[in-house]
Amino acid sequence: MASVTYRNVIKKFGEVYAVNNLNIEIADKEFLVLVGPSGCGKTTALRCLAGLEEVTSGEVLIGDQVVNDVPPKDRDIAMVFQSYALYPHMSVFDNMAFGLKLRKVPKDEIKRRVEEAAQILGIEHLLKRKPRELSGGQRQRVAVGRAIVREPKVFLFDEPLSNLDAKLRVQTRAEISKLHQRLQTTFIYVTHDQTEAMTMATRIAVMNKGILQQLDTPQNLYDTPGNLFVAGFIGSPSMNFFPAKLEKADSKLVVKADGFSVNIPDDRAQPYYPLVGKEIIFGIRPEDIHNPTFLPPGIHASNVEAKVDVTELMGNEIFLYLVSGKDSYIARVDPRTRFAIGDKVQVAFNMDKFHIFDPSVDRENPPAVR
Amino acid sequence: MQASFAPKERSGGVVGWFVTNIGRILISVFVPFVTFLVLWRGFIFLRDSQAPQLVIVVVAIIWGVGGVALLYLASNWVIEQLPQAWTRRLQPFVFVGPAIAILFWYLAIPTIRTLLLSFQDETSTTFTGIENYVFALTDRVMLEAFRNNLLWMIVGTFFCVSLGLLIAVLADRSRFETIYKAIIFMPMAISFVGAGVIWKFIYTYKGEGTGIAEIGLLNAIVLALGGKSQPWLLIPPWNNLFLIVIMIWLQTGYAMVIISSAIKGIQSELLEAARVDGANEIRIFFSIIIPSIKGTLITVTTTILIFSLKLFDIVRVMTGGNNGTNVIANEFYLQRFTYGHTGRASAIAIILLIAVIPIMVYNLRQFRERKAF
Repeated sequence: MASVTYRNVIKKFGEVYAVNNLNIEIADKEFLVLVGPSGCGKTTALRCLAGLEEVTSGEVLIGDQVVNDVPPKDRDIAMVFQSYALYPHMSVFDNMAFGLKLRKVPKDEIKRRVEEAAQILGIEHLLKRKPRELSGGQRQRVAVGRAIVREPKVFLFDEPLSNLDAKLRVQTRAEISKLHQRLQTTFIYVTHDQTEAMTMATRIAVMNKGILQQLDTPQNLYDTPGNLFVAGFIGSPSMNFFPAKLEKADSKLVVKADGFSVNIPDDRAQPYYPLVGKEIIFGIRPEDIHNPTFLPPGIHASNVEAKVDVTELMGNEIFLYLVSGKDSYIARVDPRTRFAIGDKVQVAFNMDKFHIFDPSVDRENPPAVR
Repeated sequence: MQASFAPKERSGGVVGWFVTNIGRILISVFVPFVTFLVLWRGFIFLRDSQAPQLVIVVVAIIWGVGGVALLYLASNWVIEQLPQAWTRRLQPFVFVGPAIAILFWYLAIPTIRTLLLSFQDETSTTFTGIENYVFALTDRVMLEAFRNNLLWMIVGTFFCVSLGLLIAVLADRSRFETIYKAIIFMPMAISFVGAGVIWKFIYTYKGEGTGIAEIGLLNAIVLALGGKSQPWLLIPPWNNLFLIVIMIWLQTGYAMVIISSAIKGIQSELLEAARVDGANEIRIFFSIIIPSIKGTLITVTTTILIFSLKLFDIVRVMTGGNNGTNVIANEFYLQRFTYGHTGRASAIAIILLIAVIPIMVYNLRQFRERKAF
């Protein structure tokens, strides 16, 4: 058990920055998920911690020790690879025991630990088999088992669920969370799937183009994304964005988009006065757009006229693909809604839950203004 | 087509089975026979023709390729006119049969003939029982040849494979991998006879006396270091090792290339997993890399083993088998073409064949395990 620290870590491949000045402090026993689109540097960051890549500059610490020059075998970490990387010529037992044998653990101790891990993962009956005789899910368990028998200070997971089918992925997700509860060890988990990140992490680090975008708990990340990238990446379907202009009319702040204008409630208006007259990006999540008929009580709603483009019934909710002016966007509405394609309808924006981003600060990835 | 091999097909009774197989054999022999006739007629026709050479070449190509293709198409068409059950039974043999028949003609018949000759005397007229085999297994020259072949197999194969493996692993981690590999692989392009000539210069010994200068590379080095020039190919048993070095020089490239491609086929995550698991590079080599390329190692080893068992050219060119460097294949050559003793030569050939069989079988079994067939 140990904390992990990235201090000004830079990793360059040639002239490309794979990881650009990464600073994260991961507490002991934390479950940190590194998430981002492919090529964002999350796996490289993990491999730097494992010792499989050398950092170009900066420091990686496990506990209080700088491990930049420590070879992987001496870092006391265990890693589950995306392809599982089971040794094909060894039985499941030998796969799990390999790391212990290398550490000269006594034979009966190895047997005890492997059997215990196998029992936790429900693979006791597979110990004699070779990896090629296992299904994808079983291989994944063996890979996890190989990591846990070692009882390392830190567990690293590199997209361990991406080769499983959807149902197994959901089930294994919960099992990994349980494993974290049980082992009480630091977990660092890389994924491109924001659902995995949201469901398992104690904290999430969102990365893009090698740069850490935001590091926070899942709930905070969802409620108060720091910039446009995070806002768009976290949540499914993702947040709707509208290029708009902020105006002042009759002492009220009004967001004027191409197809609608909505009022900002007075209690939230304060931070936005400096933006009056400027171009902004207005963001609102699909679930904060309601059918006015089924409006939740006590919210500041602002009605918007829209044309229904497509409807998708999900059972417990309906996805409406709406068009207002030049902008198209998605709403998740009450399943009792009866809108038909082509209808001109009124939808209600929940103005307690909007986000405003200021492109004048950074055109590529505008920060949120609060 | 596969259905014809299913057991159900054979339930047509003994007569059906018999007729089917007779038909198969007839087709297998008939097609290559007609092919041969067509080609032969074409050869006669073109030989006696007065046409310009270019025209003859074009006609020969069209005649040869087109004639054979037409023949296959025609036989296939005939078979397809039969009832469907018969088509299914016979059709594969239109295509596979001729190949098997020709293979039989060129491989099996000579083998059987050699076996017969090995029981006859030098003029191949009277049977002498196992006399030739007694000679082959007890004669002093033959025993020396066996010993030397064993030396070639053990020393030669060991160094070819282990050097190939070592270079493949080391080159894999080098920036100049392609350059190293190209240099090591280059001798592969040289024929054994050519290599023999090259190495003859390296081992050349002119003897002692006034006005004699050593031109051999090895002796030049020895002299430069203050030593005395040596007749390298005349000192048994070391001269065998000097000859084996030539094969190592030629064959290491082959082993290296095959092993190198196997090493590249190992998933890099596997090595990384071992590193994270706590293995150092030497442990990774023995616990991960070697088991992963085991099949390839066996294939390379057996191939070079067979190679050194039937080795001939180097010995023939360098020493002619003199001074204790004789090998089985060279003795076979001497018996047949120098001493004209067909019976003994055939017996040696048969012994060589039998010696290769176990390695061959092992090799094939390996292939089957890896589903190469």
